[in-house]
Amino acid sequence: MKYIDEFRDGDIARKIADRLAQEARPERAYSFMEFCGGHTHAISRYGIADLLPANVRMVHGPGCPVCVLPIGRIDMAIALALEHGAIVCTYGDTLRVPASGGLSLIKAKARGGDIRMVYSAADALEIARQNPAREVVFFAIGFETTTPPTALAVRDAHRAGLANFSVLCCHVLTPAAITHILESPEVRQYGTVPLDGFVGPAHVSIVIGFAPYVQFAIDYQKPVVIAGFEPLDVMQAILMLVRQINEGRAEVENEFSRAVTREGNRNAQALVAEIFERRETFEWRGLGEVASSALKIRPAYAPFDAERRFNLAYRPVADNKACECGAILRGVKKPTDCKIFGTVCTPENPVGSCMVSSEGACAAHYSYGRFRDIPVVVEAA
Amino acid sequence: MKPVKKDYIRPLDFKHGRIDMGHGAGGRSSAQLIEEVFLAAFDNDCLRQGNDGAVFAPPPLPPGARLVMATDGHVVSPLFFPGGDVGCLSVHGTVNDVAMSGATPLYLTASFILEEGFALADLKRIVDSMAQAAREAGVPVITGDTKVVERGKGDGVFISTTGLGVVAPGVDIAGSNARLGDVILLSGTIGEHGVAVLSQRESLEFETTIESDTAALHTLVAAMLQAAPGGVRVLRDPTRGGLATTLNEIARQSRAGMLLDEAAIPVLPQVDAACELLGLDPLYIANEGKLIAVCAPEAAEAVLAAMRDHPLGQAAARIGVVTEDAHHFVQMTTRFGGRRVVDWLSGEQLPRIC
Amino acid sequence: MCLAIPARLVELLPGEQAIVNLGGIRKTVSVALIDAPQVDDYVIVHVGHAIGKIDPEEAARTLALFGELAQAQADADALSTAAKDTP
Repeated sequence: MKYIDEFRDGDIARKIADRLAQEARPERAYSFMEFCGGHTHAISRYGIADLLPANVRMVHGPGCPVCVLPIGRIDMAIALALEHGAIVCTYGDTLRVPASGGLSLIKAKARGGDIRMVYSAADALEIARQNPAREVVFFAIGFETTTPPTALAVRDAHRAGLANFSVLCCHVLTPAAITHILESPEVRQYGTVPLDGFVGPAHVSIVIGFAPYVQFAIDYQKPVVIAGFEPLDVMQAILMLVRQINEGRAEVENEFSRAVTREGNRNAQALVAEIFERRETFEWRGLGEVASSALKIRPAYAPFDAERRFNLAYRPVADNKACECGAILRGVKKPTDCKIFGTVCTPENPVGSCMVSSEGACAAHYSYGRFRDIPVVVEAA
Repeated sequence: MKPVKKDYIRPLDFKHGRIDMGHGAGGRSSAQLIEEVFLAAFDNDCLRQGNDGAVFAPPPLPPGARLVMATDGHVVSPLFFPGGDVGCLSVHGTVNDVAMSGATPLYLTASFILEEGFALADLKRIVDSMAQAAREAGVPVITGDTKVVERGKGDGVFISTTGLGVVAPGVDIAGSNARLGDVILLSGTIGEHGVAVLSQRESLEFETTIESDTAALHTLVAAMLQAAPGGVRVLRDPTRGGLATTLNEIARQSRAGMLLDEAAIPVLPQVDAACELLGLDPLYIANEGKLIAVCAPEAAEAVLAAMRDHPLGQAAARIGVVTEDAHHFVQMTTRFGGRRVVDWLSGEQLPRIC
Repeated sequence: MCLAIPARLVELLPGEQAIVNLGGIRKTVSVALIDAPQVDDYVIVHVGHAIGKIDPEEAARTLALFGELAQAQADADALSTAAKDTP
């Protein structure tokens, strides 16, 4: 597969690893946050941690929109199906997330809720067209990568004059989340975040460009390297970050130049701006209320806003007290620091946000990394 | 006046006919369905007896031989998919379950739960496919049953098959037999059945030439056992949950760990591509014509050669070894050079967006 | 939420749609979000939509950068070997 296989070459990976070993200065530690859930997944799946020098540590950030989706929002989606009888269309990722009352979307489906998995927002629109007598709601989650397809669906619904389609909008914004991690007063509670730089999101940046990170790098004096999705991209980006630290720079660099430009996808941005506006504040699971970090549908498109249409109120639901997700999302604690990791809280029975999706720090470590300290014995002594 | 034909019954209308509640009532309508669809397709001595059960002489059982029984329900949706259908799938599935004990399959039973309104044309197609699969495998369907449920209470047809086989003396194959140092073999490429079925699901439409790998594996098993008597310790077919789940099962039963080599696991490029596109992992996708074998190290070469000689094992590969591990992890060296755990499947494998 | 994959655009369809080919798999996706899509473009597909294109020159440049490291390593190795051989 072109533009995929070349970026997964194991030999080149080892060469970059050698370079990293040479350039990472032994007298200091490097701590980088990869913001994007897709990067977390790539690091786990390819075992990249094994190829990094011991003093270069990757911290998993909150870039997994399923992980940061508050329970209260899933409760709204479930209510739409079970109480309002709507057909609720959702991406596969959200189906298993536990919500209130021992329910999840998949459990609500078992109870008779008409909940359907879709691959794209356009599929939800099609379901609305095919079922004119039923209300159809698209449960829209995701960062800036996923928002333009939702905007397109609303625009198309508006143009077609569809009377039975609406969107439960839970789209969130990346730069706001990164800022929040570094600035939040709660950081004082958990301790300062020992982060030296960021591996910037791949596909979010295709849409928003790398311009939004420039001021951020200046204001907080942290380097940002936008990295592509493949393991070689990630390793190269880590090398570029190490170099910036060594040279005392704090700039935005674009490793993913084959897909990301400074301005990003203007078409998509314009479409999003037409349909959505910023919410003043939005609760992120594990991070609390974050200002100006999420989107809602503009009044001009009110009929397509499920919250207005069904008069839904958001009720926050607190996380389990033993859950350390907040600290883990800030990079202050590791999954193994959490008392309930791997015992009460597992991928089968996730208690907190970091375990619900395969890209959450805890789920990734549980699925791919918890063997790390066990030596492999192949032959009998 | 022309004589009235005694007991004249209009033949079943395979073009437009549908299953109705009468077909399950046990009367003439039922008898006709059985005769014109099932007996016509399966036709063998036992079925011709027309009794409720199949009476047969026990197979030769030398001292140390044992019998094996296995049963399977088949609820695949859609019923027809590239490379197969629920009919042949139900034959292959149970023949394979029996064969995974190292047994020679002898007989099958088949039970059908039909939904009111199911097209007779589809039923005939499925049953004919089953009959062909049974003939090619040399394993007859000797008894069966049919029931009809009301419209809306069944997905067209559900099929349940049970198989009987004989394990020869000295053959000891079980999930708990894997030992430290044993070699893990895989009979061919993975992920095709699951991808073929998924490609037909409405919400995930994509065009592919991938076909299900559904096949009866008993002759492959026989060749492997003959190549290295006593050398094969575990056999299992990686169906639901895929290769990863099956290996984890064996690891747990044998109280051992495993170390796999990702580069050695054969996957067709199109299956890889489909998985990339949908956010799936080939390791967790169902196969219906592949098997895993765990062999004593000294037998591995011979078994692998026997597999590669057989039409169903041409892409057979050595994919890993059994290790000592108190946690029973299945670990894998990635193509990239790192290491990761290949865990159990968590819930149903849903296409990832993230 | 970043699972997006580069695929080759093989056919344009009416209604801002197109067929893409990834390793032999063909799928219909929306191209409404990108400018002037053309056959043989490599587009990045996310949840059934093309959200951007791959710039082949930049891709080659990136690969060359990885390769440069390999070359630099090889050069460094060659130098140290030569140093050892010098009497």
